[in-house]
Amino acid sequence: MRKNPSDPAAPGPRRRRGERIRRIGLPYLLLLPALILELLVHLVPMVIGIVMSFKELTQFYIRDWGTAPWTGFGNYKVSVDFSAPVGKSLLHSFFVTVAFTLLSVAFCWLLGTVTAIYMQDNFRGRGFLRALFLIPYALPVYAAVITWVFMFQHDNGLVNHVLHDQLHITSKPSFWLIGDNSFYALLIVHVWKGWPFAFLIVMAGLQNIPKELYEAASIDGAGMLQQIRRITLPSLRPVNQVLVLVLFLWTFNDFNTPYVLFGRAAPEAADLISVHIYQASFVTWNFGTGSAMSVLLLLFLLVVTGVYLVITSRGRRSADV
Amino acid sequence: MRSIRAAAVGAVTMSLALAATACGGGSSTGGGSNDSPKTLTYWASNQGASIAIDKKVLQPELEKFKKQTGITVKLEVVPWSDLLNRILTATTSGQGPDVLNIGNTWSASLQATGAFLPWSTANFAKIGGKDRFVDSALGSTGATGKDPAAVPLYSMAYALYYNKQIFADAGISQPPATWAEVVADGKKIEAKGKQALGAEGANVSENIHHTFVFAKQHGAEFFTADGKADFTNDGVVAAVKQYVDLMAKDKVIPVGNAEYAQNQSVSDFAKGKTAMLMWQSASANLKSQGMSESSYGIAPIPVQSGSPGTGVQTNSMVAGINLAVFKNTNNLDGSTKFVKFMTSDAEQKILNTAYSSIPPVKTAQEDTAFNTPANAVLKNTLATSAAALPQVADESQFETAVGTAVKNLFADAAAGRAVTTASVKAELEKAQQQMPAK
Repeated sequence: MRKNPSDPAAPGPRRRRGERIRRIGLPYLLLLPALILELLVHLVPMVIGIVMSFKELTQFYIRDWGTAPWTGFGNYKVSVDFSAPVGKSLLHSFFVTVAFTLLSVAFCWLLGTVTAIYMQDNFRGRGFLRALFLIPYALPVYAAVITWVFMFQHDNGLVNHVLHDQLHITSKPSFWLIGDNSFYALLIVHVWKGWPFAFLIVMAGLQNIPKELYEAASIDGAGMLQQIRRITLPSLRPVNQVLVLVLFLWTFNDFNTPYVLFGRAAPEAADLISVHIYQASFVTWNFGTGSAMSVLLLLFLLVVTGVYLVITSRGRRSADV
Repeated sequence: MRSIRAAAVGAVTMSLALAATACGGGSSTGGGSNDSPKTLTYWASNQGASIAIDKKVLQPELEKFKKQTGITVKLEVVPWSDLLNRILTATTSGQGPDVLNIGNTWSASLQATGAFLPWSTANFAKIGGKDRFVDSALGSTGATGKDPAAVPLYSMAYALYYNKQIFADAGISQPPATWAEVVADGKKIEAKGKQALGAEGANVSENIHHTFVFAKQHGAEFFTADGKADFTNDGVVAAVKQYVDLMAKDKVIPVGNAEYAQNQSVSDFAKGKTAMLMWQSASANLKSQGMSESSYGIAPIPVQSGSPGTGVQTNSMVAGINLAVFKNTNNLDGSTKFVKFMTSDAEQKILNTAYSSIPPVKTAQEDTAFNTPANAVLKNTLATSAAALPQVADESQFETAVGTAVKNLFADAAAGRAVTTASVKAELEKAQQQMPAK
């Protein structure tokens, strides 16, 4: 592409600059539609949300936002004052969400990867199993989760019927939708719903690993575990980097699952931050505090994502050498 | 390369985080107009057993309205789980219906947003005057001293529904009139292998409606005279404890009901699993679930002692639906006409019969259709022993905060944990701290 600078027919500096601008400008021009839509769909509401977080936007002002008084950092102070009830419950909800996210991402990734590796071999019924495994991912969230609600019911639920009535594991029927077990109920539903995505992505990643690597390794005497450790996992590294990040963000922000599972008042043990913020704004009609909490959540996710990408891409660069 | 990669990392970070946490809204000002005089949008609340039934009830009436006025009414029946959020969104964005149903307990909260047309004397005159409505219904239309935010449409009251067959099998000759009798009868019913009393332990609104009545019976209020939240006074604590103790200590409410939030207790009653149910205007609902009207009886909600009345003898909230006009409407005159139509004697009779509620319009109430034994109990309760929930701006927040506290206490009781005065007080303390600071 590049012209030889010593070429006698090379254009003068002026023409060269114009060409350069054109060359650099073209990608931006092509990106422009996406950029405008991104601004409209994401950035503008974001900015409005940030502005809202500095206002005392309660029921008395929602009809006409302009009249809502500015509170400076008042909403933020309330949100992070961890000795007062609002901050304390936000912090509690944050820790619940962190624990939930770590466990859910770990299980989703593990299940997805193990299944994808096992499904690499060609066997009868592989196509059927692949389709079967993807069903939870393909189902509409509401339909899937409401079915779990029925299964988790105390009196007539399938889960208690199996655990208590048939297997006699528990001494009495357990509550899954209220109290401390609600955390596990939420985790189970979320992993059930989320792991097919990990499965799908890892399966796609596995297609790109050359067969010759495995053949060479088995000639050298590497067993299956060693092949997975030395070939599969390192080759999947770039895929996993994105997969784990996406799973993390989706899980941390998941609203639908807990909302359908528990309704507007989630049990304390399963008080995820997205529902908590929803409750803080919609249920108590204080949209300013809700926005402040959202902005804090955004900042946290920005920091985590940034640190994660810096660490993982640095690691990859040194591994490439 | 390094800087490009850094930029790419930055861009990806930003876009992912943005995608993950976007939130938004809009803004609005302005009042009503008559720009589109030929159409109206009406949000109805879900009064029948299903949304389809509501459409079937309302659509013919809307056709009548069109014949009379030439105005086409676009109907949307909004489920209860969405209604308040939809109203808040409409208020915030200014994009909403022209006329809408609201739960009457929300009146004061929504009034504070200024989203609805105030029913001044002049506006009331357009629909036949304030005097057409009964006082108890008007008591739940907004804060005292302000023009009502809405007009009463349907009135309802709580009653004790009991299964005649189960009562006969247990040797109980008449429905319980006091809580002590509820517990005693409950033991007899449970001895026969049936569940005694149904409840929606995880339904925030139901919890509020019952604890409000218990608080009244303990002579306690949730708000001080100047409108401050006061959830931890001894009377309220005792009241909440008495309600939760029906499961925790007296064991007349089965533990499984602690997680009920989708009207499972009504199904249990309709199926004959439970002997008693405290519900508002349940007849139409029970009928649609296949329970014949002759198989159950209706009695007033029990009191501590004596018979229902005012003050500590209160045994129901003033339940009901109000009709409000959205201030941003583009058809102010049409909206007013529609309210007049819906509150006319003829429509009141048709609609309240369909929903087994009581007309809040005096002249309609006198119709013989509302003198059946079932309606007599409800009508009598509304007239003599029902009280309106606090008409304060924070009412909606109060419902959620205290209703959630009671839900948590039921969860404790179901898990076998002790429900003590201290634990009740601690939950209510938490609820109070969630209320807006003044």
